[in-house]
Amino acid sequence: MENILDKTIKETRDLLRKKELTAVELTSFYLDRAKRYNEDLKAYLRMTEDNALEMARDADRRMEQGEDSPLLGIPFGIKDIFCSKGVETTCASQILKGFIPPYDATVIKKLKDAHFIHLGRLNMDEFAMGSSTENSSYQTTKNPWDLTRIPGGSSGGSAAAVSAGLCAAALGTDTGGSIRQPAGLCGVVGMKPTYGRVSRYGLIAFASSLDQIGPLTRNVSDCAVVMNAIAGYDPMDSTSIPQPVPDYTECLGKDIKGLKIGIPKEYFIEGMDTDVKKTLRESLSVFEKQGAILVDVSLPHTEYAVATYYIICTAEASSNLARYDGVKYGLRSEGKDIIDMYKKTRMKGFGKEVKRRIILGTYVLSSGYYDAYYRKAGKVRTLIRRDFDEVFKDCDIIVTPVSPTTAFKIGEKMEDPLTMYLSDIFTIPVNLAGLPAMSVPCGFDAGGLPIGLQIIGKPLEEALMLQTAYVFEAERCVKKMPDAFR
Amino acid sequence: MKITREVVEYVAHLGRLDLEAHEVDLYTEQLDRILQFMDTLNKLDTEGIEPTSHAIPVECILREDFVKDSLEIEASLWNAPERKGNFFKVPPIIEVEE
Repeated sequence: MENILDKTIKETRDLLRKKELTAVELTSFYLDRAKRYNEDLKAYLRMTEDNALEMARDADRRMEQGEDSPLLGIPFGIKDIFCSKGVETTCASQILKGFIPPYDATVIKKLKDAHFIHLGRLNMDEFAMGSSTENSSYQTTKNPWDLTRIPGGSSGGSAAAVSAGLCAAALGTDTGGSIRQPAGLCGVVGMKPTYGRVSRYGLIAFASSLDQIGPLTRNVSDCAVVMNAIAGYDPMDSTSIPQPVPDYTECLGKDIKGLKIGIPKEYFIEGMDTDVKKTLRESLSVFEKQGAILVDVSLPHTEYAVATYYIICTAEASSNLARYDGVKYGLRSEGKDIIDMYKKTRMKGFGKEVKRRIILGTYVLSSGYYDAYYRKAGKVRTLIRRDFDEVFKDCDIIVTPVSPTTAFKIGEKMEDPLTMYLSDIFTIPVNLAGLPAMSVPCGFDAGGLPIGLQIIGKPLEEALMLQTAYVFEAERCVKKMPDAFR
Repeated sequence: MKITREVVEYVAHLGRLDLEAHEVDLYTEQLDRILQFMDTLNKLDTEGIEPTSHAIPVECILREDFVKDSLEIEASLWNAPERKGNFFKVPPIIEVEE
């Protein structure tokens, strides 16, 4: 059974189809692992064991009747940010403790239609605000490669669970790097699709013009399979793109001869880990060896991306989080009148970082400061977008590091929000431009911590990114799982 | 210093947050530093540049207006902190003089 962890979802499906394995066995295998390791790792907030086994029995019945589909009976961990009917969904916040959504997010509905198995809810930074998962109001998730370090964030529970083999795949969300950065720091594959490619209906909103849903998986093939299931137009999300979805697995195995890869000089900066730099340089030669052409390019407004992002995302968050007022769901604290009730509820229900962002976002939107901050940031966002447009006139994709460093120590950046914000320096520009991007493991630093390589594509060109990542993965052969979890 | 305690208290009120005194101190100091960092954007000349609100523009989508089922009342109310019949119950909004 252990070797299941080395198989792709496609290979696992083959075993299920040939009846060498049942969905109940597979589900129990992952549930047992989650029980054994979660005490140390703290990746899951809650297991949905009964639910999972019921879904597994249903999957087995379906297979008995000859049903077949790419995710039938495959166990997933779900970031605790997706509304799932009847399943407690907290966004790792006290304000949503005990919240039971009365409906399914579109992505959950799509996975249910594919008859996946819902194993449990994965930890995250509260309301997806953070880069280390330390902002969860429930627990701190550990990095499976070194339990004294953070797994990245905000989808840190998702990345840790996939890396340690506590699920076959996971869903995450990415507003400024929240899929790619933890994927990079935990040595797994993570994709943030083009803004609008995956419906956000039923996703608890953080920053609506930036949020996007995507998979975290142990290999590129699995990423493509999950993308096939979740991508597509949804009338319930007004920003959903009405374009057909290609079969993302079709491009896997095609070569990358003649592919033009842009290497932006602004992403190889002072203060970067030397091991990250060295490993990235080695990785670039893999692409060259496979016939791709490396082109030096420039994205001149990169240095302004973090400031732009934290104006836009806090502004949008302050507006989105206005709905947590103790009236319709979640926590309520009593007050002497309704305003006092709102204030006490929100004081008690929100954590430090969430309050910090609400205050910052309210400030940049407030009368007299709107033009200086929010409008200015919108304009710089245009400049950042144009930088990418310019580079994509000559290049097919862009390759960069995911993060300037490997995973840092738990607690290291908690007292210094600005330093924490700067750890997303290479992932943020992509969200501002709405582009698709993915993180692929490319090696380790001297201490054995994973390093991620970022592939950025043109809008809706996820297939070409997957094709490139697949070639890279096959050539580079990076170790997938830490031995401690074998 | 751009940010004073009074500004943080005012903004917290707008955002409907009660803050403890030590939180006001902390956020005053941190916001000041973060906003100074954000002021680096002023180095850029953005005269005549249109702001981007959504990176991938999608045209306003129209649909037929037709009646369909919505959430049932019980499902809408099952998370309510307090309810009365089919309504959410909240503290008084309008002061009533006795």
